[in-house]
Amino acid sequence: MARILSILVGLFFTVALAWSFGKGAYQQITEPPAATAEHEFHLHPKEVSFASDGAFGKFDRQQLQRGFQVYKEVCAACHALRHVAFRDLAALGYNDAEVKAIAKGFQVPVYNNATGEVETREGVATDYFPPVLYGGQGTPPDLSLITKARHDGPAYVYSLLTGYQDQPAALLKKFPDSKTPDSLHYNPYFANLNLAMPPPLTGEGQVTYGDGTKATVDQMSKDVSAFLIWTAEPKLEKRKQTGWPVLGFLLFATILGYMSYRNIWAGKKH
Amino acid sequence: MSFPWAKEYKPSHPFMQWMDDRLPLPRLVYNSVGGGYPVPRNLNYFWNFGFLAALCLVLQIVTGIVMAMHYAANTQVAFDTVEQTVRDVNWGWMMRYAHANGASAFFVVIYVHIFRGFFYGSYKAPREMVWLLGVVIFLLMMATAFMGYVLPWGQMSFWGAKVITGLFGAIPFVGEPLQQWLLGGFAPDNAALNRFFSLHYLLPFVIVGVVILHIWALHIPGSSNPTGVEVKSESDTVPFYPYYVAKDGWAIGVFAILFCTALFFFPNALGHPDNYIPANPMSTPAHIVPEWYFWPFYAILRAFTQDFFFIPAKLMGVLAMFGAILVWFFLPWLDRSPVRSGSYRPLYKKFFFFGLIPAMAVLFYCGGAPAEEPYVMLSQIAALYYFAHFLIVIPIVSAIEKPDPLPFSITESVLGEDEAAKLAPAPSATVA
Amino acid sequence: MAEADGVRRRDFINIAAVSAAGVAGVGIVVPLVSQMSASADVLAASSTEIDISSIQPGQAIKAIFRKQPVFVRNLTPHEIAEANKVDVSSLRDPQTLEERTKEGKENWLITMGVCTHLGCVPLGAGEGEPKGEFGGYFCPCHGSSYDTAARIRKGPAPKNLEVPEYAFTTDTVVKIG
Repeated sequence: MARILSILVGLFFTVALAWSFGKGAYQQITEPPAATAEHEFHLHPKEVSFASDGAFGKFDRQQLQRGFQVYKEVCAACHALRHVAFRDLAALGYNDAEVKAIAKGFQVPVYNNATGEVETREGVATDYFPPVLYGGQGTPPDLSLITKARHDGPAYVYSLLTGYQDQPAALLKKFPDSKTPDSLHYNPYFANLNLAMPPPLTGEGQVTYGDGTKATVDQMSKDVSAFLIWTAEPKLEKRKQTGWPVLGFLLFATILGYMSYRNIWAGKKH
Repeated sequence: MSFPWAKEYKPSHPFMQWMDDRLPLPRLVYNSVGGGYPVPRNLNYFWNFGFLAALCLVLQIVTGIVMAMHYAANTQVAFDTVEQTVRDVNWGWMMRYAHANGASAFFVVIYVHIFRGFFYGSYKAPREMVWLLGVVIFLLMMATAFMGYVLPWGQMSFWGAKVITGLFGAIPFVGEPLQQWLLGGFAPDNAALNRFFSLHYLLPFVIVGVVILHIWALHIPGSSNPTGVEVKSESDTVPFYPYYVAKDGWAIGVFAILFCTALFFFPNALGHPDNYIPANPMSTPAHIVPEWYFWPFYAILRAFTQDFFFIPAKLMGVLAMFGAILVWFFLPWLDRSPVRSGSYRPLYKKFFFFGLIPAMAVLFYCGGAPAEEPYVMLSQIAALYYFAHFLIVIPIVSAIEKPDPLPFSITESVLGEDEAAKLAPAPSATVA
Repeated sequence: MAEADGVRRRDFINIAAVSAAGVAGVGIVVPLVSQMSASADVLAASSTEIDISSIQPGQAIKAIFRKQPVFVRNLTPHEIAEANKVDVSSLRDPQTLEERTKEGKENWLITMGVCTHLGCVPLGAGEGEPKGEFGGYFCPCHGSSYDTAARIRKGPAPKNLEVPEYAFTTDTVVKIG
């Protein structure tokens, strides 16, 4: 009796699934889903490597400072960095005075209790990067976590910055309706191909690096991506550096544990 | 109950004697995980996963209490408090990653533990209660993990909460008010976040309670073993301490190495990038998926794409998703084969390895994939087999299958017939 | 003999394995304890800069230093004289006003606004608050009275109000901490 009941319940689910499968397969054949431009022309991020990659990866402090410069001079016009405090920049190798000077360069909003107005004052080291007011088209995301908030984040940021191009003719030929609107910009690394952000890094020498590195678009993109790896995970170095001794000790302890296990079970067939 | 040859606890110190007369806690420990618990000598490494699961539970509770010290359950600040924990709290990054990856480790361990049970028939008499309590633990774990994932209030948190509570909306008549009641509002917000935090803190301790019952129920008949043959004599068993303490001990080492590799070198590999974007009720992520451990059930949910007679597809999906786990409750009565271990069940073994395991693998894969073809059709086939396996295949196979000959005893299976005969007394002597 | 050695070697391995587990346990406890101490953002906010240019002689302000009140008081010449008049050896916590201020800035009395008895905030810094019978601060909780050098004169408090570490960065800005 129980067996028959269970088979009936089983048939209920399996037949329902077979029905869904059959109808789905039928629809797939009669009206196959239309191909989309995103599906065919979206590209995965380019291969790019950073000093912080790999199990022994460490930040390249010089590069982080260059990346910060690119952020400050280019990205900061639209993108905030709200999880990062100025004091955190000490980790890039800036001394106290430099951190203070950087903080001073930013205006931080304060609410004036007496007047009820929001005023601004110069930033201090303990302040966080202030919000960026943006009135234009699109919603520039906060960049503090961007390299963790996208698949293959660092490579994505790098690819996006270097990936602006004219819309391929093949795309327009196949999808005549998918022409990039005038206010948007074609970029195959962006999920839906058309991005509100105009190419931010346009030419060599857009920033002037203090350390003499040549500021090509590729270099600046790489540097700012490296900087954004750091903003997303300032503890990355410490994490990897803690990992090795921990794993080493665990390996040692596990070998001891295995020997002890063999020892205790010696002569006991199992 | 225990076996008559189980060693009795003998207090070695006057204080322990004093304690034993008043609160026999050392005796309880001794009889549970000490020399007083005889365990079959032939357990393989799949039997380590129960102990590992307990370890994961402790790990989650400890790291969870730490996270709660730095967390604030308020939609305005929840995301920021988690970030601040990672950035500014001493070792905060390690606690956060340990807790997030700890949940994944717990599910890895528990899935192995459950499938060990499927293969070796651990659910069969006299261990039905152990099994039932285990399924309860699994359900509680899923609820706890789901609510925990909501707490950081990222995009996946928010939309996960919305979609999962939306499942209850599929229930006819009471669905919508039920969903509103669960969320304390029309959409996930402060009310939902606060209650999820409260319950996420509470449920692990409920799990601890059920785990204690699970272990208690296990100690009545004693542990099962890979042959499925019941313990007959003392030579079939070894005391838990030191034998299985040593074996579990080094298994913990292996587990810790794997866990720490993930924790220190791939901490975000199992997470979803979208959860590093603060929750935005105005914009749904392009591709929303739950955490990987829910993928098989999520695939089953999505496999029902067509209304079935008068039942809407959405309700069918919800029924099937819950049904996929609830069917486990009936397993001891669906599988009527007198033989426990899959090793001695030629037909069952085939269905297990060539049916259930591939179906689960496909469901895992498709649950994490976008809801497009061919993933939907693949998951439909896999889900079809999943239900057929438990509700049709198992009852029929257990009726028609001719099992392989079983060893006479555990000792015999380990030592061979001749040597075992020397060790074990005649079977009639042990039947008592 | 060889067998006895073997046994000892085996015991040694077991002991070593258990010890390694113990070390691991201690290793886990360290971050668990450490996570409760002040976090980086709290420590970073542990110094405060105060603009004292608007404090007239005889006035005081309350500022916040490490989430606690700090009193900055511009002493009048009369208050300074009052403080210097006291026989230091008769005090419960003997200190001169000079020891409690910076050289050349004796009129600036900067102390924590935390009563040394049980941590209440004494009155006397705010406008119109009672200054107690010694003209300094008065703690309403248990009646401790402090003089114009914020030294304990009467009541249960054991110590003078604490003088935090501070320095004048300019004539009008003090950095505390």
